[in-house]
Amino acid sequence: MAQIVLKNIRKSFGAVEVIRGVDLEIRSGEFMVFVGPSGCGKSTLLRLMAGLEDISSGDMMFDGERVNALAPSKRGIAMVFQSYALYPHMTVYENMAFGMQLAKSDADAVKTRVEAAADMLQITPYLKRLPKQLSGGQRQRVAIGRAIVRDPRVFLFDEPLSNLDAALRVATRLEIAKLHHAMNTATMVYVTHDQVEAMTLADRICVLRDGLVEQVGTPLELYENPQSLFVAGFIGSPKMNFLTGAHAARYRAETIGIRPEHLVLGTGDEAWTGTVVHSENLGSDTFVYIDIGAEEPLNMREDGTTRHKPGDTLSVKPLEGRVHRFDTAGKPIAG
Amino acid sequence: MTTEALAPPKAVAARRHAASELTRSRVRSAMIFLLPMLIALAIVAGWPLLRTIYFSLTDTSLTNLYGGKFVGFKNYLGWTTLKSGRTIFSGLLVDPVWWNAVGNTVRFAVVSVALETVIGMIVALVLNAEFKGRGIVRAAILVPWAIPTIVSAKMWAWMLNDQFGIINDMLMRLGLISTKIAWTASADTAMTAVLIVDIWKTTPFMALLILAGLQMVPKDVYEAARIDGVHPIKVFFRVTLPLVRPALMVAVIFRLLDAMRIFDLVYVLTPNSSATETMSVVSRENLFDFDKFAYGSAQSTLLFLIIAVMTGIYIWLGNVRFDGGDR
Repeated sequence: MAQIVLKNIRKSFGAVEVIRGVDLEIRSGEFMVFVGPSGCGKSTLLRLMAGLEDISSGDMMFDGERVNALAPSKRGIAMVFQSYALYPHMTVYENMAFGMQLAKSDADAVKTRVEAAADMLQITPYLKRLPKQLSGGQRQRVAIGRAIVRDPRVFLFDEPLSNLDAALRVATRLEIAKLHHAMNTATMVYVTHDQVEAMTLADRICVLRDGLVEQVGTPLELYENPQSLFVAGFIGSPKMNFLTGAHAARYRAETIGIRPEHLVLGTGDEAWTGTVVHSENLGSDTFVYIDIGAEEPLNMREDGTTRHKPGDTLSVKPLEGRVHRFDTAGKPIAG
Repeated sequence: MTTEALAPPKAVAARRHAASELTRSRVRSAMIFLLPMLIALAIVAGWPLLRTIYFSLTDTSLTNLYGGKFVGFKNYLGWTTLKSGRTIFSGLLVDPVWWNAVGNTVRFAVVSVALETVIGMIVALVLNAEFKGRGIVRAAILVPWAIPTIVSAKMWAWMLNDQFGIINDMLMRLGLISTKIAWTASADTAMTAVLIVDIWKTTPFMALLILAGLQMVPKDVYEAARIDGVHPIKVFFRVTLPLVRPALMVAVIFRLLDAMRIFDLVYVLTPNSSATETMSVVSRENLFDFDKFAYGSAQSTLLFLIIAVMTGIYIWLGNVRFDGGDR
């Protein structure tokens, strides 16, 4: 349980400033997800919290205490790495117990804690195995187990699902969500480049871009009221359609954005007409790409399976109140 | 149902047949690629070894290489019983010069490899850290190893010279010694001199082999250790050392084999010193200087056997530690 406050945090590697003044408050017990494209500094920010990198300037406060100069092990954190970072020569049990054993904890206490964590993650049958004898998903669960055994105030996850295949990613995502509910007093900070992970796991999402915070908010806030073109394009899958020029001028905006799920077939003043370029049928829904003479084809989502052949002419219009308007600076226009 | 039940065995059988065909052709091409090396090894290693073993069982002399008669194991151990009833043993196994050489060699090998491993590990750890000019330092550290042994032995012989050597001069000026030391000539210091030069020369090799092992250790494991709050010294013994052990084992076995047959350094630095003469030096003396070709062959054979047995034991012990237990 810890409240984390970042005050004007900066980090440079040589001449390159990677984090360029981040102010952020992470509430106690919150699941905060850092999301952004690669190179935006999200992993660096996490490593600054962990203490694996030195902060160039600014204050990092855990529960009001400045931890800038505190060693990683003294911060009360646990970290789960993308590459698991298990000790290859130690069994699952030893991996999970290592930190506690070195802290000269009572052997019975270590055993209890490790077994409880193993039980929670259903890795009890593997306790005597070496990491190399486990699958990727099992290894990541061991790494999460090692973090739980540390009983930290803050869990830090650095793209923990990126090395897993699609099915395992969903399953492990669920494990992490369950973990958050089970340990609702621990603050969790989670880094990902996958906005689906961000949307499904987060209490709040922090979108980062070029070392700066772009927007912080609940997943729905970001989805419904993106505060910039960047966030609008980054959150939501498939991504929002952007229209400029004459299409946008009609809405008195530089750029307008409409999500594929907010387009429907229909005619009228607001409708756009064009030819079908391609259609992706996913079973539960279908995404139709329509060329209306804009820079990129409009992407429209339809329920279930529909059959539009390339070359068909379609008219689509946005749902009422679902058009996002942006000015020349890429900021939203109110109203 | 019936077709499903019947079809698989056929398919499996066909696949197995195809696989074995493929395997056979792979084995065939592997043999073809191996053959040149096997032939070369047989010519340059196998044949000389067999000849040496054969010579060691004869009374061959250098002047009459093909006229030797078979004498059994007399070169290794022979005995004559005198009229007085006393039995006199002769041969390699009771030769004090030989056993002195064996002692020297083993002492040299153990001490030099042990020190080279420890110093090499330290050097490797330093070189594994990130600092400016690391590339240059890595290259520079190889210099002692790149110098031919004869050259470095001669160089050190001059530096260690009792009258004009720079080392005596420096130690005198610093007041560490009161009289000049005949490093290479004195029986007390000859072995030390040989060890110093060998360690100077071979530590870089050791360091590079260990460095290669160190670079295989994933960086994130160290980060996990930092978060676990493991003291750096504990990280070394509990994380780094176990993870570089395979590389370390290979490096040690290379050096051990090398050290056991050391010849050139001893031959140049401390000629004719019983305090340092090794198995190789003694057997060369017998082979070519003393005209005891068969006896020298016997020593060479025994040297080979000792090294082979030591290597076997080492690999066996190493394997036991690799696979035994959970670690």
